[in-house]
Amino acid sequence: MRRTLTTPIKDEDLESLNVGDIVYLTGHLVTCRDVAHRRLIELKRELPVDLNGLAIFHAGPIVRKKDDGNFEMVSIGPTTSMRMEKFEKQFIEQTGVKLIVGKGGMGPETVEGCQKFKAVHAVFPGGCAVVAATQVEEIERAEWQDLGMPETLWVNRVKDFGPLIISIDTKGNNLFEQNKEIFDVKKAPILEKIKSQVSFIS
Amino acid sequence: MDTNVASQTMTDIMAKFTAYVGKHLPNDITDKLAELRAKETNVLATEIYNAMAQNQDLANKLDRPSCQDTGVIQFFIAAGANFPYLGEVEEALRAATIEATKKGPLRHNAVETFDEKNTGDNTGSRLPWLDWEIVPGDDSLTIDVYMAGGGCTLPGAAKVLMPGEGYEGVAQFVFDVITNRGVNACPPLLVGVGVSTAVETAARLSKKALFRQVGSHHPNAKAAKMEQLLEDGLNEVGIGPQGLTGNASVMGVNIESSARHPSTIGVAVSTGCWAHRRGKIRIAADLSYEIFSHKGAVL
Repeated sequence: MRRTLTTPIKDEDLESLNVGDIVYLTGHLVTCRDVAHRRLIELKRELPVDLNGLAIFHAGPIVRKKDDGNFEMVSIGPTTSMRMEKFEKQFIEQTGVKLIVGKGGMGPETVEGCQKFKAVHAVFPGGCAVVAATQVEEIERAEWQDLGMPETLWVNRVKDFGPLIISIDTKGNNLFEQNKEIFDVKKAPILEKIKSQVSFIS
Repeated sequence: MDTNVASQTMTDIMAKFTAYVGKHLPNDITDKLAELRAKETNVLATEIYNAMAQNQDLANKLDRPSCQDTGVIQFFIAAGANFPYLGEVEEALRAATIEATKKGPLRHNAVETFDEKNTGDNTGSRLPWLDWEIVPGDDSLTIDVYMAGGGCTLPGAAKVLMPGEGYEGVAQFVFDVITNRGVNACPPLLVGVGVSTAVETAARLSKKALFRQVGSHHPNAKAAKMEQLLEDGLNEVGIGPQGLTGNASVMGVNIESSARHPSTIGVAVSTGCWAHRRGKIRIAADLSYEIFSHKGAVL
């Protein structure tokens, strides 16, 4: 059975989630990436969207302005979440955001933020931007449009948005860190085997 | 042909082709992804491969860019020395980029460095990026179009090794880059490796390696062996789609090389994400064209 999170997301909705679980999102998902994080944390500017209980998406979409003045989501997929590592813990604390959707892993600061302030990070499969766009029902608002198309805060109403793979849960687990340890253990003997066969300088 | 007409014709072809490349993966990549998907045994990885396949179908059906990051537009040109409109190519490719940005639509990805302003049309100083090679005795133009997305450009790295580090050092460097930074670059990746004298020569070759077909081999037997060893070895690590573990890590490893200074081994790695949007087209002297990367493509 599909597991769906609906905004506003409450702390208890996240308690039973573990890394590797697949969930879907229904409700409000706001794009928020490099400059929005920097403006809130470093420049201390107030965000134009109240993110309490909502989900953010590390994404810079392609959006088309329709003839009636409304926006159409053409293509939207996740960007590398690690770029926001520097800001995310404080971001979670200050905004009350509950679900962070992006690509790839995040670091120890975000893990701490997720544990302390109850939030999760999830991966939407990168490059699957048309799948994601078709799950956006409507772009309700567009804030900070001065930042250009990729960095604008696009406020999306989504339905069954996913698959979202939980990569950081509220218990301090980090799926990408776990995987990295697996890769590192595997890597050394494989490399030794290769090195023994490429001694071309002799 | 009048040069203005020729310029307009080239612009039109390249605008349409660039927009097309953003929506359709080349045949070799599509085939390789289908193969990896069929072989995958990890449940989570299979779920992701399914989403990838569904995405490409939807992009085709809805005529939309398959990934929102349509990259910085790069053209790698092999220009016949006798191509009659050489002087018009640069301007035509610039106009084609602006046109493709509207037609695609492509995301606005050109930020003027230092000014930190998005130009809004994917052109800027030295953008689109052009790389030239002259082909003696030829009168056509062969262009590799590449959309350099942010995610798969980030792992790029180059280093000059001491000869004592040998090809063993090259293998180490490739593994370090892919296992540390390739994980976030939308694997399974196509890995381009350049082996040469300096950072810039190795880096350029590593990018050109990404234009070679998946499954093709370096003409030198030792280099081809090294490609295979690296591919098999990286797959054994099992990075999987999106770095979430799985049976494979890469679609392939392509090495390009040059002769080098005896005191250095320049090595570089460029990566292409699974949505490796590149296209190869040849424009003849009469401006008829042939597309090699996408069979049956209609512009």
